[in-house]
Amino acid sequence: MDITLFKRRSDYEWEIEPTGGMRVPGVIYASEALVREMDHKVYEQTVNVAALPGIVQASYAMPDAHWGYGFPIGGVAAFDPDEGGVVSAGGVGFDISCGVRCLHTGLTADDIRGVQKLLADTLYVRIPAGVGSTGRVHLNREEMDAMLTGGAKWAVDRGYGTAADLDRTEEHGQMRDARAANVSDRAKKRQQDEMGTLGSGNHYLEVQEVREIYDAKAAAAFGLKPGDAVVSIHCGSRGLGHQIGTEFLKKMAIAAGTYGIALPDRELACAPIHSPVGEEYLGAMRAGINCALANRQILTHLVRGVFADVLPQARLPLLYDVSHNTCKVEEHVVDGKPRRLFVHRKGATRAFGPGHPDVPEPLRAVGQPVLIGGSMGTGSYVLVGTKEAEARSFSSACHGAGRAMSRHQAYRTWKGRQVIDELAGRGILIRSPSSRGVAEEAPGAYKDVGAVVDAADAAGLARKVARLEPLVCVKG
Amino acid sequence: MTAARWEHFPHEADMGVRGIGTSKAEAFEQAALAMTAVITEPSGVAAREAVAIRCEAPDDELLLVDWLNALIYEMATRGLLFGRFQVTLSDGGLDGTAWGERADVARHRPAVEIKGATYTALRVARENGEWIAQCIVDV
Repeated sequence: MDITLFKRRSDYEWEIEPTGGMRVPGVIYASEALVREMDHKVYEQTVNVAALPGIVQASYAMPDAHWGYGFPIGGVAAFDPDEGGVVSAGGVGFDISCGVRCLHTGLTADDIRGVQKLLADTLYVRIPAGVGSTGRVHLNREEMDAMLTGGAKWAVDRGYGTAADLDRTEEHGQMRDARAANVSDRAKKRQQDEMGTLGSGNHYLEVQEVREIYDAKAAAAFGLKPGDAVVSIHCGSRGLGHQIGTEFLKKMAIAAGTYGIALPDRELACAPIHSPVGEEYLGAMRAGINCALANRQILTHLVRGVFADVLPQARLPLLYDVSHNTCKVEEHVVDGKPRRLFVHRKGATRAFGPGHPDVPEPLRAVGQPVLIGGSMGTGSYVLVGTKEAEARSFSSACHGAGRAMSRHQAYRTWKGRQVIDELAGRGILIRSPSSRGVAEEAPGAYKDVGAVVDAADAAGLARKVARLEPLVCVKG
Repeated sequence: MTAARWEHFPHEADMGVRGIGTSKAEAFEQAALAMTAVITEPSGVAAREAVAIRCEAPDDELLLVDWLNALIYEMATRGLLFGRFQVTLSDGGLDGTAWGERADVARHRPAVEIKGATYTALRVARENGEWIAQCIVDV
């Protein structure tokens, strides 16, 4: 992007001053180098979001921002329902509540290396991944509705985990005010055979080594030390969330006009929070969040089963589970006054700071874990939320590296086999049903995740705690 | 006038699908082939089963998204891949047929599943005597 389009607030904060229909400024948090690398579409989309009714404070883009649809991926915006604020299906995205959870193992990376191939093969066989894969949990209508209102709590109640898992999951594992009745039969049918599946694209399951600690106090609170082995799971609400996104995008694109909302881009399809379509979407979207939480919980159970067989001394308590694509009602202080806002995070992570009541009690003194996904060969990061992020980004941070290269270009640049062999040479075992999928997801197709988290840290959105490196990666 | 064809166009995270034809209906058929090519090589999909699809939308662009989303739904719920399409357009409506077979991971080596067709870069238009139908699909 052209850096002269911005007013530089600091080395890591770039303002787009309000012009035209913008109701608030746009703000991008990133280093100058990252801003220069971003597609110009990020600028346009940040500007467009700033023009939506009822937006509060600013339209934000995180350091990993890239061209999304409607909102940029890495976009954050909060809306006040009492000022005509809107909820946007495009502002949440198709993969509702796609997110990452990280599990301890109680083992070291050396323990893993002793059985690395067996562990990789067993995870690959027992974790359903890739196009058309189906899970072993099939839900009838009644159970589907129970899952959509119960989330991870529903899964734990049926034996797929423990109550302690819920203590370490956003919303305590169960998104309130979910409405299963607002989810179409088509969306439910699409999910029928997909519970406990990883999906494809950038979704993965990784066994990782804690390589570096940056913040000893937070790392100790999170239970992380160098050489530890952890498991990270990145996936979302599968077909159900995709179908909810598809259906409400159309409903809102058609309804926006009837509410007098001029859309600069159809993907910004939205409706007033206090409107029949807005409320219907919120109920369905929250059910989608529960689907993602239940899905990651079932996958956790499957991973524990694999470890019980391959490394029976392992114990896999949950460190934390974060969601990326959500709209959540939160209280934030704006101009010195607390306000109840609908915060959209599209490819962005909630990052509550120390003392926030929604951070699990054992972690509250240090803040919420912020889990940043990597891309097979590159590292992942654990960060911690800061108090400053409350004022800067409604307590939000980045969610991953963000793509630097299109799938098309990646496929032409690498061959899947070559990527797998090269990573095996570095001690990273990849298992995937699709070599083309591996080529499209090659580590080189992503931005430097280290530069992204450094920018998030320097901008005060979240602070670096630990870096993780993959040992085994199951790609969908 | 050139023959009907499809192509992909780049998007930072996802994939653009574009169908080009001598008629709007042909461009819709080719856009569907471009979408299959995001997942697998279309010529490797046998036409063993036919699925009928009907869509209605207030304009051509929403109709294209509906058509592609209907195919995504059928692929997801029936476990199918499609390699051949036929479309008839009427005022605000589409009647289509997709021919395909069950996805076979070993044979089709599907690269990625598609979450939905989006309104990004969405266009249905006549240019230089050809129809184009395109959008970004979220993968």
